[in-house]
Amino acid sequence: MSTVDNRHPIDREAERLAYKPPEVRHDIQGDMSTEERVEHAMRNFVKNFNTQTASYLDGCVHCGMCADACHYHVRTDDPRYTPIWKIELFKQAYKREVGPFAFFYRLFGFKKKVTIEQLEEWQHLLYDSCTVCGRCSLVCPMGIDIAGMVSMARHGMFKAGLIPHELHETAKKAAETGSPLGVTPEKFEDRLEWMADEHDVEIPIDKEKADVLAVMSSIEIQKYPESMAATAKILNATGDSWTFRTDGFEATNFGMLSGNVEWQKEATMKLINAAIRIGAKTLVLPECGHAYMAMRWMGANMYGKPLPFKVQHITEYIADALNEGRLRVKKVDTSVTFHDPCQVSRRGGATQAPRDIFKHLGVDLREMQNGGDYNWCCGGGGGVVTIKRADDLRHRVFKLKMDQVEATGAELLLSSCANCRQSFDDSEQHFGWNYHMGSLMELVADNLEEEAS
Amino acid sequence: MDLLEFAKGPALQFAAFVLVAGTIWRIVGILMLNTKPDYSEPRKKAGYLAALKVIYTRAFTAPPFKKATMYPKMMAYVMHIGFFMTIFLFVPHIVFFEGWSGLDWPGLPNNVIYFVGVATVISAIALLVRRLTSPVLKLISNFDDYFSWFVTILPVVTGLLIPTRMLFSYQDLLAIHILSVALLLVWLPFGKLGHTFLVFITRGTTGMVFERRGART
Repeated sequence: MSTVDNRHPIDREAERLAYKPPEVRHDIQGDMSTEERVEHAMRNFVKNFNTQTASYLDGCVHCGMCADACHYHVRTDDPRYTPIWKIELFKQAYKREVGPFAFFYRLFGFKKKVTIEQLEEWQHLLYDSCTVCGRCSLVCPMGIDIAGMVSMARHGMFKAGLIPHELHETAKKAAETGSPLGVTPEKFEDRLEWMADEHDVEIPIDKEKADVLAVMSSIEIQKYPESMAATAKILNATGDSWTFRTDGFEATNFGMLSGNVEWQKEATMKLINAAIRIGAKTLVLPECGHAYMAMRWMGANMYGKPLPFKVQHITEYIADALNEGRLRVKKVDTSVTFHDPCQVSRRGGATQAPRDIFKHLGVDLREMQNGGDYNWCCGGGGGVVTIKRADDLRHRVFKLKMDQVEATGAELLLSSCANCRQSFDDSEQHFGWNYHMGSLMELVADNLEEEAS
Repeated sequence: MDLLEFAKGPALQFAAFVLVAGTIWRIVGILMLNTKPDYSEPRKKAGYLAALKVIYTRAFTAPPFKKATMYPKMMAYVMHIGFFMTIFLFVPHIVFFEGWSGLDWPGLPNNVIYFVGVATVISAIALLVRRLTSPVLKLISNFDDYFSWFVTILPVVTGLLIPTRMLFSYQDLLAIHILSVALLLVWLPFGKLGHTFLVFITRGTTGMVFERRGART
């Protein structure tokens, strides 16, 4: 029989196992007065305002349902992670400065001026705790694209010099060297030659004319170099005339992720110009989610007119080649589950392509529960994987992904985004998880039929 | 001029004027903002049909979110449907609309409308309780949320009180009811109740943008 020790009172109210958010740090860049920072933040946020964004900021009914779709809120129960709250300051600024009743809001003081302290606090909400995955945008009964608004808010934060250091440094490096990981054209060429030797595959570099321009992400070039060989094997097998170019190879766009529109445009134009120079009919993007968003859906708008070539994610390119019989693969006897990269599937619309590929491979595809377009994000998108201080939170939300994957019981876990892959690799190491993320493109390259026409 | 005449006359006319002028001002203010063309190659053709599709489909919750949003969604359905039923299917209201527009349609028996009115009030209270107790809603709510709740539910409550003759005469209760409607109409264009018309723009633009990408809407 147990006895009760009465020396200490029973406290049933104390928080147990409750998530305690880490102390939030905010970073600043540049030399600006606080007034200037606030002014820059607001001006650059409203700069790209249009009917769509204005109706979004005006239309929220504060139902709070977006909280139930956000992995950060679901895993922490912290109300600050409610997606619409992440753009609260900008809603406040819109209503006070731009909206149809701005005059009254200012006159009666209904909406206060945004302060520097608020902006500093919101840095954590706009960067560390939002991967711009857009799951919240699918639950909103008003149809508000909250993720799109977070990206716009980042434009203001960048100009105000209020973004996390690591992301700023990565974006700056990309702007200065052309690659977030400092991959120079020479280094790219070196690594391509290394992969060509290692895998005994022909890799065309800097051909003057080609129908297809293939590009890579620095993450692949540095961390997953086999991706370059896999890309080459597949493109060679289709019989298309193609090339890599050292004057336009970097597909990642940290200008977009950090919120610097000028840097975003520079990175985009580099690829567009390279593709135009060689007369490409198709620009094939690598396994990278945000690169797809930056070029497929934003590229032409950066260019200011329709692009003179087609833009495809590598999975779309492969699926088309398989469906048209230009590429053939062997059957693979295994079970697979697929992690849909948010920017390619949910927000990009290319959800079907990997499924077509799996059909050709003949694998036992085990879809995750609430997978596909409703997939939980890996937690590393939107530049979050570069922000070290966000690691604890990122690992915490990754638990949702682990549960989703494990429930399938599949032997293989694949994706088509190197950024997701690196986020999975990191969390896999952190948790000692026995799943390993692989590349769909590499699975295709490893199972090409030799006699493909 | 007694209170009822004032309510039926100048008060309602003023409210109708503010409603129309405020709504036009707000919509024009939003539509006048610059919208740049989208030069990306569409995956699908998506014009106004895509807008109409999402205006309809977003009335329903996508399967993965059903469980988590069931309670507020159900309450919101009851409140919205109940609210519109009491406005448009109550015979005295239809008579009023007929006098104003010449249009006539069948209504529901008064007892049914009273039942619907009570259900509307109960669902509104349930939503208010949620707003006052949920940590998420407590954080994101502001004056507009509470005031809009109040002016929305007030006409339903004052309407339900008319047949009871409670505290006031029938004439006075009717006048109070009409004045509460006037208050609702005056507030509608300015705060969150603007979602009555903004919902078509927000859902519609999302439909057009994401449908052309072939993405989930």
